Amino acid sequence: MSQASSPSLGGVKSLGTPGEALIRAKGLVKRYGDFEAVAGIDFEVRRGESFGFLGPNGAGKSSTMRIIAATSKRSGGEIEILGKDPDKSGPEIRAHLGVVPQSDNLDTQISVEENLYVYGRYFGLSRPFIRKKIDELLEFAQLEEKRKTKVEALSGGMKRRLTIARSLISEPEILMLDEPTTGLDPQARHILWDRLFRLKELGVTLLITTHYMDEAEQLCDRLIVMDKGKIMAEASPADLIRQFSTKEVLEVRFGSERNQSLADQLTTLCQRIEVLPDRILLYADDGESVLEKVYSAGLHPLTSLVRRSSLEDVFLRLTGRSLVD
Amino acid sequence: MSLHLNNPRPHRIGSLNLIDLKRIQRQGSLSVAEARIRNMLKFVSAIIFEALANPLLYLVSVGIGIGALVDQNLGEAGLGGVSYLTFIAPALLATTAITGAMDEVVFPCMDGFRWQKTFYAMNSTPLTPRQIASGVFLSAMTRTVFAVTCYWVLLYLFGALDSPRSWLAIPTAILAGAGFGALMLGFASFIENEDLFMTIINRMIVMPMFLFSGTFYPLSNMPIYIQPIGWISPLWHATELGRFLTYDYPISLTMAILHVSVMLVLLVVGLLWAFKNFERRLEK
Repeated sequence: MSQASSPSLGGVKSLGTPGEALIRAKGLVKRYGDFEAVAGIDFEVRRGESFGFLGPNGAGKSSTMRIIAATSKRSGGEIEILGKDPDKSGPEIRAHLGVVPQSDNLDTQISVEENLYVYGRYFGLSRPFIRKKIDELLEFAQLEEKRKTKVEALSGGMKRRLTIARSLISEPEILMLDEPTTGLDPQARHILWDRLFRLKELGVTLLITTHYMDEAEQLCDRLIVMDKGKIMAEASPADLIRQFSTKEVLEVRFGSERNQSLADQLTTLCQRIEVLPDRILLYADDGESVLEKVYSAGLHPLTSLVRRSSLEDVFLRLTGRSLVD
Repeated sequence: MSLHLNNPRPHRIGSLNLIDLKRIQRQGSLSVAEARIRNMLKFVSAIIFEALANPLLYLVSVGIGIGALVDQNLGEAGLGGVSYLTFIAPALLATTAITGAMDEVVFPCMDGFRWQKTFYAMNSTPLTPRQIASGVFLSAMTRTVFAVTCYWVLLYLFGALDSPRSWLAIPTAILAGAGFGALMLGFASFIENEDLFMTIINRMIVMPMFLFSGTFYPLSNMPIYIQPIGWISPLWHATELGRFLTYDYPISLTMAILHVSVMLVLLVVGLLWAFKNFERRLEK
């Protein structure tokens, strides 16, 4: 990808070296009345990376995103986006961002094309430039045939693609996506991931929040695991799994009554054990061999499954709860 | 996929220097107004129809129909020497301005904050909450200007305008629309949860205002304890001024200044209130 270097204006960094910190937060706090949604977090996002906030609903991810997007005022702590304080330089910061919110806020009474057009105008982009971008973006979003269609008539997946396309009209340096595939069917999710991969290839810095661990694993270079407004861990998906889980997991079911009682017998067979309401998870580096030991111990599970460890397991280890409640 | 990045232009900031922040600071609200107008254009036939059909209906049924009764009875003596049609014309002009402005302010607020949340989309761009509020207000004014102008032309064709100054009733009616529209923008952006509340407002504020602002009969016909409803109503102020402009209805200079001032105050207070509400809600 070709990046032109140009002088920054007003202290805001526009283009620079890959790897430099674009966003720096220290002790970030957000309160809604008495409730502390973000309870003092530190993080850094570097140019060109794909950074994730992983956690269940209510973890504080969306609140954090809104602070970074310079739309919501923080209650405490420090944050710097592209070298600027969002409390003082909101519009300047927002000029560099592309925002894909959790629920689409498209203008449903006008067409796909018009939605892109008016959004480009909010950025003060010239009409000829916008017209050219619209062609590109419709192709990117695979919505060329729906150009003149009223947004009301689009499916959920199409609306999401349009929202993402819209966020790109100003060619933002940082693209922020809040739960991008929530509520979409598997096919729509994969199309979306594909689009995001291509953006990554172009060097756009991505900021994603999600409660889907497969999404986090697929899309993110580095992640923060959040729960109840705090950071539980920060690393790449692979490092998190290495640090907080084992390579493999054996899932067994004995029927809900027997699960808990058998757990004590199984503890010695693996590195770690986790008892869930409907099954038991046995963590070890070799799941198959644990399964053999289970049978040798005279126990016959109703079902068994050996799988790779995932971020779900990391979250379970860190918080004692599952990601999706 | 052909998504590619453009060459930079030196004096601009933002992503690869595409964005002229100073220009957005000056003209941002216009882009909001344009988006609202594009929405309005989807209903353009309804808007045109209302701008033309509504006045016609009132002029014929009330102006001419009831006018015939009034003119035959107390007639000109009760109305200060003019026909009933001439008497109500400026009031209906101001009413059109007010209802037109209100429609394009209340509905977009409900839509922008709650139903489609389009204001939040606007707010994630370099626009500010004030610019969003101003843009909505400006788009409401375009409808007001259009509706008032159409109505005035119809009044002229009906012979309801008696003075060479009567074209000035257009700006005074628009000012009434601006004042009330700004107030309604403040109100609609203030109410966070109740659509029902807006309906009640309609019944308890708009209707009484319409009926007790000297629209269909001189306000002085009402007992003195009811008249204050008119005094605080921008409709009454615009109507008084309008009557002076369209048929030389006598008002003192002091009163004229008072009428204009009240509408200006409503405009300023309404907008400032709206700005505060937009900022509060969008920056939560």
